[in-house]
Amino acid sequence: MTNEVLTPASEEEAAEIIRETAAKAGTLEIAGGATKRGIGQPFEADRTLSMAKLSGITEYNPAELVLTAKAGTPVAEIEAALAEAGQMMAFEPGDWRGLTGANGVPTIGAVAAANISGPRRISAGAARDGLLGVRFVNGSGEVIRNGGRVMKNVTGLDLVKLMAGSWGTLGLLTEVSFKVLPRTETEATLVIHGATDSDGANMMAAALQTSAEVSGAAHAPETVAKRLGVGAGSATLLRLEGFADSVAARLDRLRAALPGGADADELPEAQSRPLWAQIRDVAPFAGSVSPLWRISVAPMAGHDVAAIVLRDVDGEAFFDWQGGLVWLQLADESDASADRVRAAVAKCGGGHATLVRAPEAVRRSVPVFQPQAAPVAALSERVRTALDPAGVFNPGRMVFHGSRKAA
Amino acid sequence: MNQIRFLEPRADVVARRDEIRAGLANLVPADCLVTEERELVPFETDAFTAYRRVPLAVVLPETTEQVAAVMKYCSERGVPVIPRGAGTSLSGGAIPQEDAVVVGVSKMARILEVDFENRTARVQAGVTNLRISDEVSADGFFYAPDPSSQLACTIAGNIGMNSGGAHCLKYGVTTNNLLGVKMVLHDGTIIELGGKALDAEGYDLLGLVCGSEGQLGIITEAVVRLIAKPEGARPVLFGFDSSEVAGACVADIIAAGIIPVAIEFMDKEAIDICEAFAHAGYPMDVEALLIVEVEGSDDEMDAMLARIIEIARRHNVKRVKESQSALEAAQIWKGRKSAFGATGRIADYICMDGTVPLGQLSHVLRETTNIIEKFGLRVANVFHAGDGNMHPLILYNVNDPAEAEKAEAAGMEILKLCVDAGGCLTGEHGVGIEKRDLMLHQFSETDLNQQMRVRAAFDPGWMLNPSKVFPLDLAMRKAV
Repeated sequence: MTNEVLTPASEEEAAEIIRETAAKAGTLEIAGGATKRGIGQPFEADRTLSMAKLSGITEYNPAELVLTAKAGTPVAEIEAALAEAGQMMAFEPGDWRGLTGANGVPTIGAVAAANISGPRRISAGAARDGLLGVRFVNGSGEVIRNGGRVMKNVTGLDLVKLMAGSWGTLGLLTEVSFKVLPRTETEATLVIHGATDSDGANMMAAALQTSAEVSGAAHAPETVAKRLGVGAGSATLLRLEGFADSVAARLDRLRAALPGGADADELPEAQSRPLWAQIRDVAPFAGSVSPLWRISVAPMAGHDVAAIVLRDVDGEAFFDWQGGLVWLQLADESDASADRVRAAVAKCGGGHATLVRAPEAVRRSVPVFQPQAAPVAALSERVRTALDPAGVFNPGRMVFHGSRKAA
Repeated sequence: MNQIRFLEPRADVVARRDEIRAGLANLVPADCLVTEERELVPFETDAFTAYRRVPLAVVLPETTEQVAAVMKYCSERGVPVIPRGAGTSLSGGAIPQEDAVVVGVSKMARILEVDFENRTARVQAGVTNLRISDEVSADGFFYAPDPSSQLACTIAGNIGMNSGGAHCLKYGVTTNNLLGVKMVLHDGTIIELGGKALDAEGYDLLGLVCGSEGQLGIITEAVVRLIAKPEGARPVLFGFDSSEVAGACVADIIAAGIIPVAIEFMDKEAIDICEAFAHAGYPMDVEALLIVEVEGSDDEMDAMLARIIEIARRHNVKRVKESQSALEAAQIWKGRKSAFGATGRIADYICMDGTVPLGQLSHVLRETTNIIEKFGLRVANVFHAGDGNMHPLILYNVNDPAEAEKAEAAGMEILKLCVDAGGCLTGEHGVGIEKRDLMLHQFSETDLNQQMRVRAAFDPGWMLNPSKVFPLDLAMRKAV
């Protein structure tokens, strides 16, 4: 960050900065730990607004299953407080520093703003499902409250969901309330070796159709499985969590329901927990600068999307969320094969592809976020204007304005 | 009773009634349009029956394209539109008015696709909640949100009110189980949001639409998540000497790392009413009752219930009733599920829907009793203790205007109490007209103005369900 950095010590101070910026048609880049700065269309802002001083847990009573914290609170601080009370954020937010190569401190506000959800998304919902309430400052410098600290709430429009995944383009989140759950007593993972990507998808679908309550379903082709340290050949991974007696009973049930289930390896908690942390953090593709796509499609479509792209482009993929979340790393450094990736998504029933990692020049030349149908794009822009009329926050981060190279 | 106001009907629209009716007749088949005064009557209210307004016309389209044509027509002529599912709203969310066209989705009730591998169902929005679970049950799946009205209520209405139910402690509410919608905007534009993928592209407009009470558009199709059914489910019933102890027991169950699928609470008044009606075998010598349900195989349920019963014993539980059979399980639920019906037999009632943080349950119960006593009324408390969603049923006589007014006033005080305890006005019934004028108790005017600006991004002319959710005299309403 080369431009001026402002570090307000209170929400009111932040609101004053925003009012003043809006008045002179200025712009602000919002920075939590700045570990995801490189995600989105490259954009310019006059000044940076740092969340460093808007930090700390404001309210946490474990019996209420809700935690409220200022948006700049480090995720690690929140996880430590939860661990002490035997609780967790059920949506299992990943640490993307390996992926982005940044070494700042990830904050809880960014988890909300980027809607970051880990493997348990398939059973416990996404970050946006866990997010119960927010305080934010809109583009006019007004402090807005929405949602609350309760699990059921249909009082007025749900701006909480809107803020989740808006990448700091709608407002400055200052405080977030998340639903939390008891930490699972133990866990175990079944590892089925040697399935093709397509067979792996079938296996995961079959597992999710049982009553075993699978809380993680991922598939790694051979090269990725090797990096995850789960033995030779490809690996289809199925996680069960809960009380020890229940996990044991459900493991038996799951083995019986799957072809080849009887011979599957079983990883106990000590190996299972770090394995899923690697999947959560996208560790197999950490430490690289190659373009990386995060693709969200119907679970059974994931392997097809990857196969179509990898037929023509060098790279590799692995699959989380029962196959519906594809992490696709490509060797193509010219335009990250954006058109090819999005055509594959469209061909396989639709969904979206986000280019979460690519050199700035590539991000300048292609849409980082999935282009939307015209009426939805127009509606989204009207919604953005309703929250940030002067375009103060992270201007242009989510919208591709640049023209493609001449045909 | 203090009359809840509606916006003044637009005189120019009412004056053009015949012309508008004729115009609508050109857009949909004859059996999809209702204009006879007598036939309009069933649409004059919903389950919030204290208020009735006869609409200008009712359209019951068969396709999304017909909905779009009607919306475009109404938009061009400045005619307000009231979306309607099955009309089971408890907050008046579907009550029309004289200048408005009701667009009901009841004829769009087909299940379009069931996809077990991706665990989704694509349905037309007029399909009833329970029909989805019925359709997929034989294959071992269900659709999780289960509002009490699930036999009648539609998915469109569920999305409008972000409906919950007894089992959302584990499975979440509608917004957590909705993956996509096809909807028609005010001007007839058809858009699709989401699909079979698990998260949204761009802004989460789907999350915004869910719970928006028909103000942002008309939902015509939905993609919902299916979940594999558990092997079994079994409730246990506990009787306690006081509500406080029952509340403490709930807190300890959760603190022990156990999340049952449901924790239902009933107080003495509710127990008496339900037992007299359902003969469920509830203990009559206790002050509070909990129904705790767990899921899994027999062994798993045994183990889980043993843990829960041990916790209850630490709280000196007075009565424990385990169900040894499906029949006994059904018996335990029978009383709870008939609570509203049983209450309706002995008195008229209004049902509140505030939600409070779990730590505030005892306090709110105590204060609720105080408020009710102050007004000289009776209350039966039945609610989802696991998620803090209170449902006090305030008993009164609808034919006694003074008592009815007291009941409404007591209800408003209870809702304010919920907000003051850190909760909200409505957990799953919606604001509608019922709680509209309390919105400024929970939100600042700045908060509401922001919500209204977002609303205007969808409906700039304020044509969709215009009298609902936001207090009528806020300046923002006039600004758009």
